[in-house]
Parts: sequence; structure tokens; C-alpha cells
Amino acid sequence: MKKISILVVDDEESVRDSLYNWFLEDGYHVECAESAKKALLILESMNFDIILADIKMPGMDGLEMLRRIKALKKESIVIVITAFATVDTAVQALKDGAFDYVTKPFDPDDLSHLIRNAAKQIMLTEENEMLKEKVISLENLEDLIGVSEPMQQVLREVQSVAQTNSSVIISGESGTGKELIAKVIHSNSPRKFFPFVIVHCGALSESLLESELFGHEKGAFTGAMYNRKGRFEMADNGTIFLDEISTISPKMQVELLRVLQSKSFVKVGGNKEISSDFRVICATNTDLKTMVDEGKFREDLFYRLNVVNIHLPPLRDRTGDIPLLVDHFIRKYASAMNKPMVSIEPSALQKLQEFRFPGNIRELENMIERAIVIGNGKKITLRDLPITKDIPGLATESLDDLEKNHIQQILVKYSWNISRSAKALNVDRVTLYNKIRKYDLKP
Amino acid sequence: MNPENIVLISFGQFEAAFLLSIAREVKREFHHPVRIREGHLDLSEHYDAVRGQYNANSLLKAVDQMHRPEHTKTFGLFQVDLFIPILTFIFGQAFLNGRSGIASLYRFRSERYGMKSNEDALLERFTKEVIHELGHTFGLVHCYFPGCVMQSSTYIEDIDQKNAGLCAQCREKLNPG
Repeated sequence: MKKISILVVDDEESVRDSLYNWFLEDGYHVECAESAKKALLILESMNFDIILADIKMPGMDGLEMLRRIKALKKESIVIVITAFATVDTAVQALKDGAFDYVTKPFDPDDLSHLIRNAAKQIMLTEENEMLKEKVISLENLEDLIGVSEPMQQVLREVQSVAQTNSSVIISGESGTGKELIAKVIHSNSPRKFFPFVIVHCGALSESLLESELFGHEKGAFTGAMYNRKGRFEMADNGTIFLDEISTISPKMQVELLRVLQSKSFVKVGGNKEISSDFRVICATNTDLKTMVDEGKFREDLFYRLNVVNIHLPPLRDRTGDIPLLVDHFIRKYASAMNKPMVSIEPSALQKLQEFRFPGNIRELENMIERAIVIGNGKKITLRDLPITKDIPGLATESLDDLEKNHIQQILVKYSWNISRSAKALNVDRVTLYNKIRKYDLKP
Repeated sequence: MNPENIVLISFGQFEAAFLLSIAREVKREFHHPVRIREGHLDLSEHYDAVRGQYNANSLLKAVDQMHRPEHTKTFGLFQVDLFIPILTFIFGQAFLNGRSGIASLYRFRSERYGMKSNEDALLERFTKEVIHELGHTFGLVHCYFPGCVMQSSTYIEDIDQKNAGLCAQCREKLNPG
């Protein structure tokens, strides 16, 4: 059971001491503040589940403090206490969002009831949040669409790995649905009632990733105004999904290996060891084994992560699934946009099955969404799809677009291996890097 | 003097047999030798005329000052109505993980609740409260295990329902291993 924390705010020392001892004996974590100003300062750096505050205090009174706390954190539970109860102040306190209102001195039993009720409210709120997250994040195996053999193989692998606690690497080109597979594994594992935490490693710099994963203490660096929980801590009892794992720096690779081995870590700027029980699932669109061979990815980390490897086939290798996927996306977007169900012309479907889809399922999904938006509302025709006869996916006819498209396709083909892509394009690596920068190409 | 002593200091008129019985139960529960002493305090200094009760915070501090290094715990036994500023009354209190505590039998008398006087129930309730508060001095917090003496009790009915002893979990915390 979670240990409830209580902040007692009262200008009378004897009251503070009494409540402090009482709550301590009840096993709560308790802190005291002698004024509203001091309490607000404490609340800047620490979170408390319950704030028990006297209304009548010199300087800022309890009601003003209540309003400020509520403005900062709406869900805070504040109980106001006073020596002289008047209907007006009680009504005002409740109007301003107080959880309850009590007159001192109160019966020991009333105090116990009050705190028990507040604790119950906290647990219900947390449970509600957790269930909401669960409903949003849970994915069924049935949500994985595909009758093709490569996809059936993936489904079998997902089913067998879901019940275990093993680390998983999901590899595959961009847009093949790696995150969805990770969610399905989590949703079908014994950890399904606990958080599924996503970290997009590629989107964060080294220092940001460090603070994101491990959390930080207030003042750990410029801009660290508050203590913050890290993703590893949030994923306690659940699953952490590290997307684009190949992008993390050598320093972070060492850190990650250490955390995976000990399942404990220290917040940035902190000194307390925090333990967390999480399962790790990684995704990559580059060949990690090649990176290990090239000395860009730690071998020990690779072997620790690569207990199970699930490779997602690109859409061009499972064209038999395209009709099912098209049907799924039509239903999804017609329903989301409140439009009638539309069908697709056989010739348009045929074209989609011939298309190479460098952006995989994500690209197909975007095409269908666009077709439903701009189409006539009855049938998706070839005209509604951004596919030309000879150059797939080309939106304009400029030389730049042609070059950009070609480089993109080659990069995808060689899983963004720069050396191999440069060789295929017959240019040197520097030229290819310049082109990637020029066209803002991304994996 | 035995350095492991728990010292019970009585303030007011307690019968010797009553105190011996409490001492026996405390010794059985905590496995420490228990000594009984008579204490003297000017209770009027701790009396709150507005509330008509005795301030438990100041009494606890007074008992704490009587603590000697050769004692493990020092515990004050009273017969007066105790309060702390925020609560209407308390049965007793102690420093968590500290060296002293106090309890009063004032609110344990059945006749206070319209029932017949019952000396056995009075002794049993008071003994449970003394063990409960001493448990706090040994670092135990309130326990949720039904029947454990460390369960929080705010009415005498709660006290009557619990046992005079620690549950296995609290005992383990008291004597790990």
C-alpha cells in the first residue's frame, strides 16, 4: 500500500507537534510548516497527498493558501481546520475546493476518519487514472492485422513472448508498427494492469534523455525547478518501451546497461538509490548487430536487450495484407470523421498492392486518411491516392523531389546504413550526409 | 542497575497488585526487566482550566526529563484526563522510536460510559494501552492486522476488541531475525 504523505500547516507549535506525532504513529510521512508562505515553499519542491491547514494564521490565511494550492495543483486534497467554525468560512472553503472542514479540537476518531476518507479518495483517483491509461493503451492481438505468412510468424512470436519477462528487440523499417507490437506484448503480459511507458530516445539529447529516464532532483541543472520522476520509476511493475534505441550515446548505453543489470538507479542530482521492476522492450530501424560489429553499439548491452528479437516485415513483403489494412483504415477514419463507409475501386487497390511503400503501413494509413478527406464520399479512386504511374509517392516533378525521393528509398532499403547507401548511390559518405541535411531526411 | 530496564512511573494512587500485573504483561511482551517507581509531579502545572483536562504534551515532556541513561524506556502512568491541543482527548502518547511515553486510565473506566464498574476490564484496557504506547517507543507504527495491540484505537470498544499482544509482523519488526 502507498505511504500517504501529509503536510500540517498551523502557526501553533503545540498543534503542529500533536498532529505530527499522531500521524507518525499512524505510519504516515508527515512534515510541518508554521505559515502558509513556508507551506507554499515546501510544496514547490515536494508533493503531499494531503494538506491539513489552519484557516486563521498570521500573514496569508488558510483560505488564501487553499486557493493558491488549488491553482497550482487542482487535485490536491486540502482539509481546513479552525478554532471558530462559522458557516460562511466553511462554505467558502468548500467552494474553493477544500476536501473537508473541521473544527478544533476534534475527536481522535474524527481525525482518523478524515484521513482515511482522504486516503481512500487518493487511492480511487490513482486507480481511476491507471484504469483510464490501461483502457487507452491496451491493444488486443486481434488488432494486429495480417494473414500473410510473415505476419502470422510475428503473431506467433508475440503470443509466446508476451507471457514472459524477457527483454525484446523489435526491428523493422520505419512505419511497420513496432510501437503497436510493443503495446500488444505489454497488454497480453502479466504486467498489463501497470504502466506502459514510451521513451522516444531519438528525439532527445543525451542530457535530456538522462533526466527523462532517471528523473531529476530540484536544482539538478538550470531549469530543474521541481523534482521529477523518471520513466524507469514510472514504469514500475510495467513495461518501458525504448524507441530508436540505436540512437543513444555511448555514455547512455553504459548507464542503461547498469540499470538493466541492477534494476535500480539514482536521479540526476540525487543520491538515493531507487528500485524499479520493469520489463524493457526496444525498437530499432537499424541493424543493431551491424552497429555492434562497427563498434557503435555496446555488445554487452545488445546481448542483454536481444533476448527475443521480433522482426517486422516491410509492407512490400506482405502485399497480401494490403486489402485488409485498407479496409481497417477506411473503417477507422470514416468512423473518426463521421463519414459514411466508403469502398475502394479495384484498380486503386491493385495500384496500392503494386506500390513499394517506403513509409510502410504509416504511409498507407496516411494515404487512406487523405483519400477519405478529399474523396467523393462514396468510393476511393486512383485519383484520390498520391501515387503516380511510374514514380511511386512523388508529389511534384522537380529534380530536387526526384533526388530526395530516390535517396530516401535507398536509405530505407539499406536500413539507414550510410556506408552501404552511399555505395549504392555511387557518392561518398560526406555527400550523402549533405543531401540528408539538405532534404531533412529522417529515419 | 540493569541497563535493559523499562521503568514504569506511577503518578497518583495505584494499587500495587494493579501495577505488578501491568509490569508482568509488559515484561512478557517486550522481554525486558520492568521496574515500578512512584513519581511526583505538580499536576496543576499541566492543567488547562478552559478544557478541564491535563496537557499530555507537557506531561510527556516532564516524564521524558525523568529518563535516566541506565533505563531503556521510561513510562508514566496517570489517572487524569489527557488531551493534546488538536484533539478532544487521548488515551496516551509516546515518542515514536523515542525513550518515553505516557498513558492514563481515566477514560478506561466502564462507569464513564454508563456501564457497571469493571476492575478487570479496566486493568486489561490500561495494560493494552501501556503496551501500545511502549510499542511506539520501540518504533512500531499503527498496525492494520486485526487483533494486534498496535491497532489504532480511539474508543474503548476498539481496545476491548484487540489483544494485549503484538501480531507476528510487529513482533518481527521488534526483533528482526
